[in-house]
Amino acid sequence: MVAREQFQVELSKLRGDIISLAHETEKLLEKSLEALYNQDIDMANDIISYDTKLDQKELKINEDAILLIARQQPVATDLRRLIIALRISSDLERMGDNAKNIAKSTIHLGEEHGLTIHPALTDMKNIALKMVDLSIKAFEYEDITLARKLSELDDLVDSMYGEIIREMLEETATNPQKIQHIMQMAFSARYIERFADHTTNIGESILYLVKGETLNLNE
Amino acid sequence: MTETITEHKTVFDVKDMNLWYGNTQALKNLNLEIPENQVTAIIGPSGCGKSTFIKTLNLMITRVPGVHMSGDILFNSQNILKDRIDLVNLRKQIGMIFQKGNPFPQSVYDNVAYGPRIHGVKKKKQLDEIVESSLKDVALWDEVKDRLNSSALGLSGGQQQRLCIARTIATKPRVVLMDEPTSALDPVSTLRIEQLISELKNQYTIVIVTHNMQQAARISDQTAFFLHGEIIESTDTGSLFSVPVDRRTEDYISGRFG
Repeated sequence: MVAREQFQVELSKLRGDIISLAHETEKLLEKSLEALYNQDIDMANDIISYDTKLDQKELKINEDAILLIARQQPVATDLRRLIIALRISSDLERMGDNAKNIAKSTIHLGEEHGLTIHPALTDMKNIALKMVDLSIKAFEYEDITLARKLSELDDLVDSMYGEIIREMLEETATNPQKIQHIMQMAFSARYIERFADHTTNIGESILYLVKGETLNLNE
Repeated sequence: MTETITEHKTVFDVKDMNLWYGNTQALKNLNLEIPENQVTAIIGPSGCGKSTFIKTLNLMITRVPGVHMSGDILFNSQNILKDRIDLVNLRKQIGMIFQKGNPFPQSVYDNVAYGPRIHGVKKKKQLDEIVESSLKDVALWDEVKDRLNSSALGLSGGQQQRLCIARTIATKPRVVLMDEPTSALDPVSTLRIEQLISELKNQYTIVIVTHNMQQAARISDQTAFFLHGEIIESTDTGSLFSVPVDRRTEDYISGRFG
């Protein structure tokens, strides 16, 4: 298999770039929750500026993938590898945006005292991080069994999100003066839920890569 | 594996066809239906039997010493491998185009009029009409109408190939076989021939052997992938180039061998 060695080399470099972007997105979510819990405004600002770096990395991945399509004119699975590289990098970029939005909520909340952050956000975040990990392993090994597992975890995140929102609504009734705080909590929960959704998109991309058809993991 | 994707009528129905050159088997148990008014591409690495296969369809292969065949090729409800076949009549219905344009060393006009004359068209007016319409069909008329009596050998490579297609369709065949018709042409001439193929399929059934996989992907409706004398996969071109079923097809179209 000497043929198209260069193409395979470039494809695997692209894969490496996507995996590293995924790890950075993971870190960003982790940090965004840390900043939220600690009400660390400096950290929140760092997260916001770091997110622009992720945006640039996404653009670079897109450029590389488009160049490979133009130069190598791949077909079948090779073509789908590049198509999903475009999709997955876009999902990762959006995941970074969700982490950034949590940082923005942190800034909105300010250094107010006496606030408690809903502990279930940490549980949601932990599952979301597990989902990134799973989706990126599924991507790395082109493993549809791993990809399919995302669906179950996403259901779990969705139900936790529903639970948090119910509690928040009740709290607005009892503590109307805390409305700003409660809203930012609810937004943050929503951002984590969206973050997790994007990992199911990555899973769907893997299914598309392997099966050549579009399947839904997020129903 | 016999697969037809469309509801088009079947022009050729190849069944369990084998071919040997002496003791060497070149085609193994081929099954393929070729639909009418469609472009069927035959792809595969060198030596896979694709040119041999296309030459079985007009029985050109039987002129090669030591060739013997088994199985059936049904064409016009005749079994051309078993029934008594009038070869001149068969080849009137099945034209063939080769890698390089091979016009006769005659005028442009006489090249196109050659077939109809052999098949008994004598009237000048009728021949004129056939020559003009054939040359128009291959989009060559405007380029040669003022030099119909000049030698065809003075045309460019791309023009010569289009002239040969005009010569072929002048006898109103049902099928046009093309054996790598653009492999000797520059990219612009290649695109013109590809455009022409897409237009000609409305009137003719086209079977094209090509080394250029992107060409097969661009112009054909169905594709058969040959390897070591066997058909590995044959299906509609979109499926074959996006989700091939067989690993060997995937490896070949992705450029991993061949």
